[in-house]
Amino acid sequence: MARAKRQTKAKSAPLEEIPKHPLEDLIRVERIPHIWCPGCGIGTVFSACLSAIKQTGIDYGKFSMVSGIGCSGRGAGYVRLDSFHTTHGRAIPFATGIKMADPSVNVIVFSGDGDLFAIGGNHFIHAARRNMDITVICINNFIYGMTGGQVAATTPHMAKSATTPYGNPDSPFNLPMLAIASGATYVARWTMIHSRDLTHAFVEAINHRGFSFIEVLSPCPINYARRNKIKTMDMVRQFQNNTIIKNHAAPSELDIDFQKGVVLGKFIDIDKPTPDEILVKMRDQRKNP
Amino acid sequence: MEPKVLTGEHFINGDIACAEGAIAAGCTFFGAYPITPATEVAERMAERLPDLGGTFIQMEDEIAAITSILGAAWTGAKTMTATSGPGFSLMMETVGLAVVTETPCVVVNVQRGGPSTGLPTMGAQADMMQARWGSHGDYEIIALSPSSPQEMFDLTIEAFNLSETYRVPVFIMSDEVVGHMSEKVVIPQASKIRTVSRPRPSGRKDRFKPYQPGPNGVPPMPAIGDGYNVHVTGLTHDEQGYPVMSVDTQKEMMARLLGKIRNNLHDIIRTQSYLLSDADIVIVSYGVSARTSYTAVDELRSMGIRAGLFRLITVWPFPEDQIRELAKRVKGFVTVEINMGQISREVQRCAGSAVPSYLAGHSGGTVITPDAVIQLIKEVF
Repeated sequence: MARAKRQTKAKSAPLEEIPKHPLEDLIRVERIPHIWCPGCGIGTVFSACLSAIKQTGIDYGKFSMVSGIGCSGRGAGYVRLDSFHTTHGRAIPFATGIKMADPSVNVIVFSGDGDLFAIGGNHFIHAARRNMDITVICINNFIYGMTGGQVAATTPHMAKSATTPYGNPDSPFNLPMLAIASGATYVARWTMIHSRDLTHAFVEAINHRGFSFIEVLSPCPINYARRNKIKTMDMVRQFQNNTIIKNHAAPSELDIDFQKGVVLGKFIDIDKPTPDEILVKMRDQRKNP
Repeated sequence: MEPKVLTGEHFINGDIACAEGAIAAGCTFFGAYPITPATEVAERMAERLPDLGGTFIQMEDEIAAITSILGAAWTGAKTMTATSGPGFSLMMETVGLAVVTETPCVVVNVQRGGPSTGLPTMGAQADMMQARWGSHGDYEIIALSPSSPQEMFDLTIEAFNLSETYRVPVFIMSDEVVGHMSEKVVIPQASKIRTVSRPRPSGRKDRFKPYQPGPNGVPPMPAIGDGYNVHVTGLTHDEQGYPVMSVDTQKEMMARLLGKIRNNLHDIIRTQSYLLSDADIVIVSYGVSARTSYTAVDELRSMGIRAGLFRLITVWPFPEDQIRELAKRVKGFVTVEINMGQISREVQRCAGSAVPSYLAGHSGGTVITPDAVIQLIKEVF
């Protein structure tokens, strides 16, 4: 009886009636399933990013996504936009080339902490210094995930990794402080559980004229949490319970210490001319001195 | 404000002629990082491009410089960067990205003495093998070697045309001597300059496959915003551009990437012959060394030695068949180049063991004199 019922139900629900994912027009559905592990936060951040793109109301044809290498770096491969999966660390100079050659494009760099801040660190500080009009989203999972959990420039002091089996002797970057000191004009930090704030921040960052940077804290269950004997859910709970939202907090307060509480929010949002605007002005001035 | 093409006669150095060639070819984006002896190319572009509606940007290092020109190329622009040995080394990984993503761009290397910091202000031709094999993995590449400021102009246009035709990065392998040498450069009228632009796609956007080859093995290339929503990756990919980690996909992709060059050698290879038809001894040379080789040939002829010159204008792909043909009828080869044996090995490889092949080389810092070539030939033949 139950069996017969199920069959009738299946018959009465033709394919067209299955509701579409609200972001389906922005996802390369033919590439799903994605590579991200169960419990990973990247997918949540990725969908917040796509929701933000949608919310801006800007024509999708005026977007491009650029990624480097790593787990987060696979983002560009799943978005249905002109998208570029470049070399390790070089998403920002690639994005710079796009922006300066065609300023009408909204360029989003979607990548991870290892890619953007170790091998790509130099490019980050210089793009921030120039106030290059791009949006940089950094998913910080405190580790090199794709290669199997080696120490990163963001791994907490004394945390264990595949290459620091006895603890990380180094100290991690305070990424918002680095961004602000380098000249970024929009800087925010959220975690992957704050998906509404995150989406809102992404919308603001895309609409912001100038270099915008959002750090998103995210768990790596396999290669960070497990090795450090942290349950992923406990890590996520920390994102909820051990964080403080404090807009415009001083950069020096922004180091990541869950014991004392990690500060989230928007830390800077200022106006400064961008290189593409300046170039257009220079061209005009030379034409009509 | 100067026009786009500076038609007329000019007394300029090779670096500046190179920049003018790029502009004449339609280059609108230059990603720079200063380095001797290539800096003048960047300086000229910085001065010229804004007035032509183009973009010049000085990046934070050579890796960023070449990566920026790849990004810009995907907006539809013709793009270039210029460097010398140390910067060329840094660019190598991205050269591979340009090859596998089929991103057209031109990379100028005004060579100086190496290894490492070497002789920044003095010429050499010791990056020739790096141009061929410097990035990891298998690939084919195009490299042109100009012998004069005039050729810095002409061959830069050629480099853009080849790059746009085959969607490959193209190298201008110049050297400090040609880069800093000032000579008369004749720039034709804009209408007389042949320029080529990459094939662009047409047809249904939802069915477009970015890496489906066109007639000559080259896929049409859309620009960002054209509505094709392409995905471009450095990973091994299928015709849709999507990563596929499989032996078959790798094989198919590599066959086409290599085939674009290997199946079009007749269109790509440019060489020049001087007194070759009755020559016993063939001097093979390129770039600045070809200039001294002309004098050596003339002097050897006046001594009754039947020498001729086979000049490589494209060094890569290497004209293997032509060397093999020559090897059937000549007594031997001498390769003249400012290094300790690079292209000479290619000549030797193609000439085979039946015909002797020698190197008239130099470790760098100066040109090879005709006398040095003549002396070697007198000693060995």
